[in-house]
Amino acid sequence: MANMSLTKNKMPVQEPDIRNKNFGEVALGYTKEQAVDEANRCLNCKNKPCVSGCPVSIDIPGFIAKIREEDFEGAYEIISKSSSLPAVCGRVCPQETQCEAKCVRGIKGEPVAIGRLERFVADYHMANFKGEPVQPQKNGHKVAVIGAGPSGLTCAGDLAKAGYDVTIFEALHEAGGVLVYGIPEFRLPKDIVKKEIDGLKKIGVKVLTNMVVGKVFSIDELMEKEGFEAVYIGTGAGLPRFMGIPGENLNGVYSANEYLTRTNLMKAYKENSDTPIKHSKSVAVVGGGNVAMDAARCAKRLGAEKVYIVYRRSMEEMPARNEEIEHAVEEDIIFNVLCNPTEIISDENGSVCGMKCIKMELGEPDESGRRSPVPIKGSEFILDVDTVIMSIGTSPNPLIRNTTEGLEINRRGCIVTDGESGKTSREGVYAGGDAVTGAATVILAMGAGKDAAKAIDEFILSK
Amino acid sequence: MYKILRKKELNPTVTLMEIEAPFVAKKALAGQFIILRVDDEGERIPLTVAGYDREKGSVTIIFQIVGSTTEKLNAKKEGEYISDFVGPLGKASETKGFKKVAVIGGGVGCAIAYPTAKQLHEDGAEVHSIVGFRNHDLVILEDEFKKCSDKFVMMTDDGSYGEKGLVTDALKKLIESGEKYDEVIAIGPLIMMKFVCKLTEQYGIKTIVSMNPIMIDGTGMCGGCRLTVGGETKFACVDGPDFDGHKIDFDEAIARSGVYRNFERQAHEKTCNLLKGE
Repeated sequence: MANMSLTKNKMPVQEPDIRNKNFGEVALGYTKEQAVDEANRCLNCKNKPCVSGCPVSIDIPGFIAKIREEDFEGAYEIISKSSSLPAVCGRVCPQETQCEAKCVRGIKGEPVAIGRLERFVADYHMANFKGEPVQPQKNGHKVAVIGAGPSGLTCAGDLAKAGYDVTIFEALHEAGGVLVYGIPEFRLPKDIVKKEIDGLKKIGVKVLTNMVVGKVFSIDELMEKEGFEAVYIGTGAGLPRFMGIPGENLNGVYSANEYLTRTNLMKAYKENSDTPIKHSKSVAVVGGGNVAMDAARCAKRLGAEKVYIVYRRSMEEMPARNEEIEHAVEEDIIFNVLCNPTEIISDENGSVCGMKCIKMELGEPDESGRRSPVPIKGSEFILDVDTVIMSIGTSPNPLIRNTTEGLEINRRGCIVTDGESGKTSREGVYAGGDAVTGAATVILAMGAGKDAAKAIDEFILSK
Repeated sequence: MYKILRKKELNPTVTLMEIEAPFVAKKALAGQFIILRVDDEGERIPLTVAGYDREKGSVTIIFQIVGSTTEKLNAKKEGEYISDFVGPLGKASETKGFKKVAVIGGGVGCAIAYPTAKQLHEDGAEVHSIVGFRNHDLVILEDEFKKCSDKFVMMTDDGSYGEKGLVTDALKKLIESGEKYDEVIAIGPLIMMKFVCKLTEQYGIKTIVSMNPIMIDGTGMCGGCRLTVGGETKFACVDGPDFDGHKIDFDEAIARSGVYRNFERQAHEKTCNLLKGE
């Protein structure tokens, strides 16, 4: 009998006033009982609208049915057919605009908590599965993947499962891309990412860290000298943007990338880390995306008394996920919306001692369809902060495009690809994720990696 | 893991290490840098390539012991390993097509200036090297510089070796004596590079400096290494590390280099026995 409750089972969480002082995971995950109860809310619709909302087309009613039967490993097998990183997706996918947005139960009441169920299944598997994964039958073809972020990992995982000999080249000392340097521990524990990557290594994916393609090898060298028949570029969009206002190079102004990398990848929040980070009293994070929420919540946990989000439009237009905004509000992050920085102010030592802002109002809609913010004359004021974190977006790294002849690039610096296949202007070279779309989400990058894996398989087999 | 093939103390605070890193060695060029991590808890620090042996597959680094990371690195012995070693990063120095170049090295900056001087020499330029140290005990790479220089001037602050004075004094003397340089390359402390640039600006001689600011990834991702060059923000890791010295905002660079000084001092006090409180 279906569970006809109009609301989802609530996610157990750490209390806001406790969690904003530690880096432990905020959402604690469903218990078995909660998972089964939630699974009973699924109506198992014949036409599966939820699946059409999933960028990697997971058989959602299928795995939920297995949860109902308490066959959690069976549920995992179904998910892992489509997703290489279920524990990650269950945590960071914007389900509310994807699978859950299409759920029939959402018409009257809340949709089934698909994301929470996915996370439950993946965590259950990690905690309980003791066997060894099935080794794919090797087909003898070599493929190189550049970048061990969500897109590259997915592409590598799918190709390895299809029998390819896959090598990932990662520039940093640790695999994971934005999952390890960007998304904080309290939202996505790094142990989970590591276990997902270990799972890929177990099925034969090789991960070479400290390898900057474009420097140590060019794409041409990989294909001509190292014997890779195809290359997938999943190098992301890592180059931080700045506003170009006075004072941006003062001490105490960070890009969100730098702040998050110091905190997450380099573990600056831990006592024994050698990497320094400023322990600020009062922080302004400029921007309204998920990255801005992450930076603000990290700053709070690092001990800042006041943390402001400074965003030039209103709450309505804010691009961050609702859940992230809600969590930030609960954790006492102060939202200064309709407000734009014009200058960062220096003390006598070249460090930040304030940020001049101007109030904004919303005018006519711009090209993005959002009402564009217009400064209100004479409304300048000074925000008393000692640290500013710029979180206004990133663009793709030019390293690959500058070292690969014949690779078509658009005017935003993104690699041009042919539709879903990820095929670039160079034969045998595929690309996907933020390197193609500009900064987007983990799951879209994974979807692109998946599509490209299929296209690479077809390309190599047709040769 | 990357093996330490050779370790040599150049002076009490400066050490040379040859690291086994065949992929980096294959591509490294003068002026480029690497980033290393000593162990799993370590920070990432950039060091300029001081030499490479493509056949042996090794890269030489020279570092000054200034903080906890370089102390940890210096505690490693020959045959031991460091966790991470990535490169070659940044753009190589331009060394081709010059007739006469003055290469200025200050202190441990000589370790970076030397491979560039050597490359310039191999590429056919007349190389005049001016190196400066605080005192005789701190002198490094003297013989190496002499081998690749057509003229060599040693300066010490206290006059304990070579001539007493600053590298700028020596450079000024050479220029005034009629030497015509296509370019001056200055590598050393920020304050030295600033004053070399001030001097060469008066004579209208193009001057290249190598910037080594605080950075994390070295691939353009963090933006921590940003500098103002000719009024524009540049990232030293991908746009440099070599820049036109006359365009750099040195005062800003000097302020930025000190951002973690307190943290470094505390870390140093924790590891250095001399400074440990009883």
